[in-house]
Parts: sequence; structure tokens; C-alpha cells
Amino acid sequence: MKPAIDMRKVERKLGDRQMAFDFSRPRGSITAILGPSGSGKSTLLNLIAGFLAPDRGQVLIDGTDVSHLPPGERGVSMVFQDNNLFAHLDIATNIGLGLDPALKLDGTQKDRVAASLERVGLAGYEKRLPGTLSGGERQRVALARAFARARPVLLLDEPFDGLGPGLAADMISLMLEIRADVDATVMMVTHDPREAESAADQVLFIDQGRIAADGPMSGFFERSDLPALSAYLRGRPEA
Amino acid sequence: MTTAHLTRAEARAAGFGGVAAIALVGLGIAVPVAALLVLGADTPPDFSVDAYLWRITRFTLWQAALSTALSILFAIPLARALARRPRFPGRIWILRLFAVPLGLPPLVAALGLLSVWGNNGFINRMLGEIFGTAPLSIYGLSGILIAHVFFNLPLAARLMLMGLERQPQEYWKNAAILGMGGWTVFRLIEWPAVARPAAGAAGLVFMLCVTSFTLVLILGGGPGATTLEVAIFQALRFDFDPPRAIWLAVIQIVLTSLALLLLRLIGGEDERSQLLAIGNDRLDATGRLGKSLDIVLIAAGAAFVFAPMAATLVSGLSADFSRLIFRPALWQAIATSLGIAASAAVLSILVALLLIRARFAAPDRPTAGKLAVDTLAGATGSLVLLVPPVVMGAGWFLLLRGGRSSMLAPLAIIVTINAMMALPFVMRVLETAYRAVLNRNGRLALSLGVTGWNRIRRVDLPALARPLRAALAFAMALSLGDLGAIALFGNEDLATLPWLLYQSMGSYRTTDAAGLALILGVLCVTLMIIADRSPAETRENRR
Amino acid sequence: MRFRTFFASLALPLAATVSLTSVAAQAAGKTLTVYTYESFIAEWGPGPLVKEAFEKECDCTLNWVGVEDGVALLNRVKLEGDSAEAGVVLGLDTNLVAEAKATGLFEPHDIDTAAVDVPGGFSDDTFVPFDYGYFAVVYDTQTIDTPPASLKELVEGDPAQKIVIEDPRTSTPGLGLLLWMKTVYGDGAADAWEKLNDRILTVTPGWSEAYGLFTNGEAPMVLSYTTSPAYHMVAEDSDRYQAASFSEGHYMQIEVAGILKTAPEKDLAREFMAFMTSPAFQDAIPTHNWMLPAAAIDMELPEAFDKLVVPETSLLFPPEDVADNRKAWIDEWIAAMSR
Repeated sequence: MKPAIDMRKVERKLGDRQMAFDFSRPRGSITAILGPSGSGKSTLLNLIAGFLAPDRGQVLIDGTDVSHLPPGERGVSMVFQDNNLFAHLDIATNIGLGLDPALKLDGTQKDRVAASLERVGLAGYEKRLPGTLSGGERQRVALARAFARARPVLLLDEPFDGLGPGLAADMISLMLEIRADVDATVMMVTHDPREAESAADQVLFIDQGRIAADGPMSGFFERSDLPALSAYLRGRPEA
Repeated sequence: MTTAHLTRAEARAAGFGGVAAIALVGLGIAVPVAALLVLGADTPPDFSVDAYLWRITRFTLWQAALSTALSILFAIPLARALARRPRFPGRIWILRLFAVPLGLPPLVAALGLLSVWGNNGFINRMLGEIFGTAPLSIYGLSGILIAHVFFNLPLAARLMLMGLERQPQEYWKNAAILGMGGWTVFRLIEWPAVARPAAGAAGLVFMLCVTSFTLVLILGGGPGATTLEVAIFQALRFDFDPPRAIWLAVIQIVLTSLALLLLRLIGGEDERSQLLAIGNDRLDATGRLGKSLDIVLIAAGAAFVFAPMAATLVSGLSADFSRLIFRPALWQAIATSLGIAASAAVLSILVALLLIRARFAAPDRPTAGKLAVDTLAGATGSLVLLVPPVVMGAGWFLLLRGGRSSMLAPLAIIVTINAMMALPFVMRVLETAYRAVLNRNGRLALSLGVTGWNRIRRVDLPALARPLRAALAFAMALSLGDLGAIALFGNEDLATLPWLLYQSMGSYRTTDAAGLALILGVLCVTLMIIADRSPAETRENRR
Repeated sequence: MRFRTFFASLALPLAATVSLTSVAAQAAGKTLTVYTYESFIAEWGPGPLVKEAFEKECDCTLNWVGVEDGVALLNRVKLEGDSAEAGVVLGLDTNLVAEAKATGLFEPHDIDTAAVDVPGGFSDDTFVPFDYGYFAVVYDTQTIDTPPASLKELVEGDPAQKIVIEDPRTSTPGLGLLLWMKTVYGDGAADAWEKLNDRILTVTPGWSEAYGLFTNGEAPMVLSYTTSPAYHMVAEDSDRYQAASFSEGHYMQIEVAGILKTAPEKDLAREFMAFMTSPAFQDAIPTHNWMLPAAAIDMELPEAFDKLVVPETSLLFPPEDVADNRKAWIDEWIAAMSR
């Protein structure tokens, strides 16, 4: 079976730092992307999403080379830490945009908007503006949109940061359910090892623009063969 | 804004400050008007509205409405194109040079425009080469419109660009990942972001065009194109009939206020974004067609604005600078101009800050009084532009009787009038920025107990450094090009650059005048460079 | 921006401006302040020369205060009323004389005006002429071979050949042309204006704007003075711009000065008025104010002045007629031009 995400010798220079990524992920996997700040975690997501074009190499999604496709045609959904919703548009419109970017929704699509809100426990929120929701609720709307879009790849850029441990855990389980519903492949940037452990089955550890380690989640934090990992974990007293 | 960002004591202080500022500006207008009415009137006031007055009133509003519509209409695609292309070489210079028309005296701008569009202008000479005749004559309404768009398009585009660049980075990422097309992005994201500054810019442009005087006369082609401001000027100068001048000014203010109210009713208030971040990488704007269109739009806009400026530059270079710069009068005029401009700008900023803070104090628990302060503060910040400087100047002058031989009184009057004229611009630059700062730091400051004076000093002003510098530069540029206020107090020791320029023009010395115009333009650009001199800081904020 | 710097930035520029501009230290002895229009006291204008010459004679200090133009001058006097610091007001023109007298702020000059010599003569107990000029259509010889030879030819000529004129509502030359048309056409002035309208490129608020448009090549003709070509010939060594001589005659502008009732040093003011009609003053007029001297001069005029148009007839309304009719005539002008 073709890998869901296949980064083939992708290189990209940003400022004076050379980034290089070469890995693949099977369909349905959940990968935590870890690494010190500034190591290139978000750059990796940007390369997959299409916000950055590689200087060399190819990005394949479900076996198709998408290197030259705009973000909207790559089959990815993305949730950011903040500003996932257009503040001046109501919740239904924000989700509806995920189904049809020109916002010409038919009856079935409207039903799907309502269903996705129900799926994240926010039924009846259609007409509300993002500003009237709490931070956790806004992120749930973002997940609802990803659910409604049902794209093969879901990219998460520290989406549960700043929500508090209890709320973050709830959000992770909601994300996992949604992932299962739409059979998506997840790449998730986080800086919380516990979050990574509870959500992911695989790890990419990025250091100085390169993949320093690529392996299963279980036992990853016990590895002692990676000086960069030890330094990274030492810097985090809670781990 | 829903939650309080000010403590109760702060809100009270802000309210007082606002009332004080409104009173200050009100007195600044009311006192000279009263002085003119009481001391200057020896004839019974003439409140008649004859056919002539009726006709020029209609023309005033009509040309202002058309000029505003065109300026805004062209500014929207231009601002959008500039926002979509956040980094290309020369972009910063386009934005800087966009501030220059504001600082040019109307006569200089008119001559620059005519070098491009006039009978002997660049375009007509080119058409003449091709067709043998010069078919284009801009004198009349078209000339007035071209001139007003030249002055106001860059201003409106800059204000709207600020609105677009305030949108968070994620918006554009989302738009890209959701595959939103250019039209949808415009309809759902860009237009809502632009609508508010567009409405604000439209109000400002409308007022500037209503009070336009020199340009309308020079390019209008005849007395068919006369604005109320001309009639006010005539009433005060030739007829020396202050009550009549004030009556005309009242008509101007009332009708324009009504028009602005109408504009607001049509424009409506849109939802204020609570989520704030600054970003401008436009990941949605990657289509080749759209890219080319952006480049064409930017090039066309820049050409339209820069061509008359280039003409001013070229004719300025023909001046004999080796002689000009050794004239002590030049250096004294530069010093006087900068001194007056800086004082007026700082005064304007102080009043604007007081007015803005008063507006923040209001929405917490709205009472009739607070809402009145809010509305008045907003109105003060804009309608002051409609009071003809010549009326204010004459009134103050009458009151102080020229201040005898003292230099301070006329100087203070000039500074005050220039400060009031700059107020609407300063308000527009500072208000949104201050709101953003309060949203970002307001609760943090409250929680840390940094309030009152300390908060203004340690939190608000440092966070506002950039917009403050921008407001300062804008206000100074405006005052630099102003002649109106100073003309009444002519005094060789108070000569400013525009004064020197008109003096040269008035005695056949057109090349000297061209050189002075160039110096004035260079000063404006320098101010703009100082205003955004720290690009590093900007980058950092955007991360 | 640090708070203290912010605050200092308010006070500093003001203080700097004040200190920079208040250098006019008063010398010992008597002081005479003269209000005039600003181009008179430009560094290239007659002002500096007159100051030097007069101070040599009077053992006093002469202070100039310049305002925008003659009209602004009268307004300043009206605004200041009886608290003016000036002794002499120099630069009103004959069209403003009646109004200036009506203010009651001027007093008879009581000097001997035998030296004054202006065409058509001008004698008045309050105001003394110091120079005069004729309005004229100045044209660009590179565009126009045969300029109009009369006002009638101007009015009826080729509408494709444009002229820039000034607005009588806002400027003295504009008012001058209005009066010129009135002296020639009388009651037919409105019809003449309507015809001339086709030749008018635009109507500017003042002389500077009109002349700037003209020298920029926007129109081949402009309403200016017969002396304008002298400037180009003397200062620029160019005879490209010439004045057209009109057979009906040219309308005059006589510039006058008067003594204010509130003059602090009346004798000194009178001394200045007498000085004004002497060659020491008059010598500064032709090549610095670019007008014609109103009394004998003691210098060799540049050759260029011999080439200037000398009108056969000088046209001038009595000041009272202008004061009485100005408003009505301007209304007539507006109506004719808007038709």
C-alpha cells in the first residue's frame, strides 16, 4: 500500500538554515513532531500543506506528487493554535467554507455542517460569532471543520496549546475520534511530550532542520542514544 | 470591545481628559468665531441663500462625492494588490512616497499634475506625436477629480492596507488550505477587513475635497467650478464680512456632517475582530494571473501618483541649488517650518490620545453622558477639518490684535490651527492601534496592577511607538505644506518653506520655487523614513 | 518612545522656533513699522534696499511686516483696528482706497506730493502713490506670432488660443481685468465675457498660479503686467515673453501708501512718506518690484524698459465707483462666465 504521506528528499533553505526531510507515513498513523523551538517543526508542516515550496525533492500524498499543487488541492486540513476561524463570520459559515470555498452550499452540505457541530458537541452554534465562544470551543469548531472536510491528511500546529491540561486531553480524544471517523493521517506539532504520548503512535524528532529520530512512540522517551533528545527533555522539567 | 480594559479610576480620568480635549478643541473654534462675530461685524449679518450660493453648495458636495468615490474605488484594488504582494523590492518606497502628496502645497501639486495631464503635459505631448493634436483637456470637473484622486488615493490606500495587514496570518493560510478563490477571499476576508478603514478614509477624503480651494479654482476652468471655501475666502478677504463667512462655514459644516452621517448609515458598523495578530505573508495569493494583475495594479497606481511627483522633481533639479542653499532665509524657513510642524504634530497627538482614551472609557457601562463623550470625541476628531483655517486664523488674530510685536502669539495660533487640521489624520492612525494595544495588553496590565500614569508610560506609549511615529510624520507632513494659517500673520521672521515658495512664485522666480518644492518633498519623504525606520522591529512583531 | 522624551518633544520645537525667530533685537532710537505685501520685502524685492537707504537718513529702525497681498493688507488693518503697531501701510491699490478710507483708520498725510508723477494724475489727501503699472496680456512668442492688438481682438479671437486669467473674487489682477472690460465694454461687458469665456483656459485664485501655468506652457497667454517682460529680459536675458499692446488702452494699477491714525511716531511716518517720493526709494522700484516708478528716479533704467508697451490711454475708474459697484460687477461676471 502506498504511504499516505511521502516526503522524498525534500530540501528547503530558510534564511541561512538548510532544512532536509525524508520520511513516509502509512495511512491512519498519528505522528507527533517534536523538537526544540526553531528546529523546523512548523516548516515541515508548511512544506506538507504547501505554504512553502521545496527547493528540491517531492511531496507525495496518497501516492500523488503534490509538490506543485496549491494548498487547497492537496487534500489536507490544518488546525492552528489560534485564529482558525474568521472572526467576522459566523460558525456555520466558517465550517461551510471548508466544504465549498465559494460558499455555495447545497442541502446535504448544510446538513453536514450541522452534523459536524453536533459531532464536537456544539449543536446549535451555527449563527454565533467566534468571539462569543471560549478558546476551547473555537478549537472544537476547527476540528468540526476538519471532520466535515474529511481530507486524507490532518495537520495540527500546536492546536491544544494554552487550553489547560484537562481541556487539552478532551480535545485530543475528540481529535482521535474524528481521525478514526475520516480515516485521516495525522501530523501533529507539539512541545508537550505527554500530549505526544497520549495521542501519537509515532514520533519525528526534529533538530536543526533535520530528522534526528524517526520511530514508534512507545519507549521513545527512554531512548538514550540521542544527545539532542536528552538535552531537549532535560530542558523540560515536567517530563 | 466588551470587557473593561481600564480601571474605574482610569476610565474616569480618561473621560475627564476627553471632555477637556473636546472643550479645548471647541474653544479653539468657538473663541475665534465669537471674536469675529462680536468684534468684526459692523454690518447686519446676511443669512440669505441666493441662487449662486445654492449652486456652489451643490457643486461643492457633488465634486467631493465624486472625488471620494473615485479615490476609494481605486484605492481598494490598489491596497489589496499591495497587501497580496508583501515583499518586493521598492514596496516600502512606494508606501513612503505615498505620503508625499499630503505634504505638497496645492499649487506645487497642481503644477506637477499639469506637467503630466495638462495641455503641455507629458501625455498630451505624447498623444500629439501620435495623432498630431493634443486631444485631452483636463480643465473642468475631470481636472478636479484627477487632482483629488492624486491627493487622496495614496492616503486611502495606505489606511486600507493597514486594515488588511492587521488580519492574522492564519486567515491567509486557512484561505489557502480551504482553496478559497480570489473573489471569495475578497468577499469574505479582505472586504470586511477593508470596509472599516474604507469608510473612515471616505469620510476623511470627503472632508478634504469639500474644503479644497486652490486645486478647484486652478483646474476647474472657471467660476462654474467654485466651492463654498472660495466663497468663504471671498467673504472674509474681499468683502471683509465675517458674519457672512461664518454663515457660509456653518452651511459647509452642517451639510458635510449630514453627508458623513449618510455615509456611516450606508457603510454601517461591522463586527470588531477580537483576535489580533499581525501577519502579512499571503499564502493564498499565489495564482499566476492574480499575481500579474497585482503587479499591473501596483505599477499603474504608482505611476499615477509618482508621475506628477517626478515632474516636480525634474523641474526642481533645474533650480540653482548652489545659490539656494546659501540663502540664510532658506535655512531659517526650514527651521521655522519644522519647528511649527513638530509642535503642531505633538499637540495634535496629545489631543488625539486624550480623545481616544475617552472613547475607550465609554463602552464599559454606557450611560448617556459616556455615549455623548464617545460621539463628541469621534466627531471632534474629524469635523474640525471642516472649519476653514482662514476663519479660525482671522478670529484669533482679531482677538489677539496681532499680538502686538510679540512673536509668540501668532506662532501659537499657527501651531494650534495646524494641530487641529492634522487631528483627523492622527486620530485615524492612532485609534485602531491604541485599540489593538489595549486588547493585547489591557487585561495583563490590569492583572499586574500597572495602571494610571504608570500604564500610560510603561505600557501604552512604548507599545504605540510605531503608530505614534507614523502619526507624527503624517501630521508634520501636513503642516509642512500648509500656507493658509501663516498667510494672515505674514512676518519676515515667521517665514515657512511654503511661504518662501509662494514668495518666489509671486516674483517670477519659478525655478527657485521649483527648487523649494523639491526640498519640501524631500523633507516629507525623510519624515516618512523616520516614521518607519525600524524594519527589524516590525519583522519581529510579525512572527 | 520614552515618556520624558515624548513630553520634551512638545516643548522643544516650540522653544526652538521662538528663539530662532525672535532675533529681531530692537536697535536704539525710534522705530517705524511698515505693513506691506510680502513680495515687496523679499530679499530680492525693494524692501531691503529701501530699509538701508531710509535708515541712513532717519537715524531710526525700519521694520517691515509683510502679508500676502494688498487685500490681505487692508484686512490686517481692519482686524487690528486701533491697536495696529504700524505707522505706515504701503501697498494698497487704488481699488482698495475708498474702502480703506471708509475704515477711518487712516489720517491725511500732509506732505508735499509735487514729486509724484503718475499718468492721469492721482492726488489724494490720505494716500500717496509709490509705483504703478498697467495690466496687460503677456504672450509666448514661441506660440503666438500675431498677438491680439485690442481687447476686442482678444475677446473675439481664435478660441483654440487660450488665456489664463485670475479670479476677481480672490485677486487684484483678476479685479483689474474685470474693470478693464467694464471701461471698454460698459453695459456690454457681460456679453463680452461670455464670448471671452471660450478662450479662457482656467481662472486661478491669484497671479502666481496663473503665471506659473503660463510659464509651464499650459496656455500661450496670461493676464499680467506690461512690466512682466522686463523681468525676463533683465533677469533671464530672454525676450520670449512679451506684452500685447491694446488699442483701447490699458487698465492701471496705482499702488499707494498711507499713515495710520494710531501711528506711534507720526513725524517719522511722515518723513517716510516724503522719502517714498524721492529717488532713493524710487530707484528700488523698477528692477526690484518690477513696476513703474511713481516719481523721478536717479538711475539708468535697463534697456529692457525701453522695449515695454507704453499704453496710449490709461484707464482707471475712480476708487468710489469701484467700491460702489464691485459686488454687482462680480455677480455679473459670475453669471456671464457660468452661462
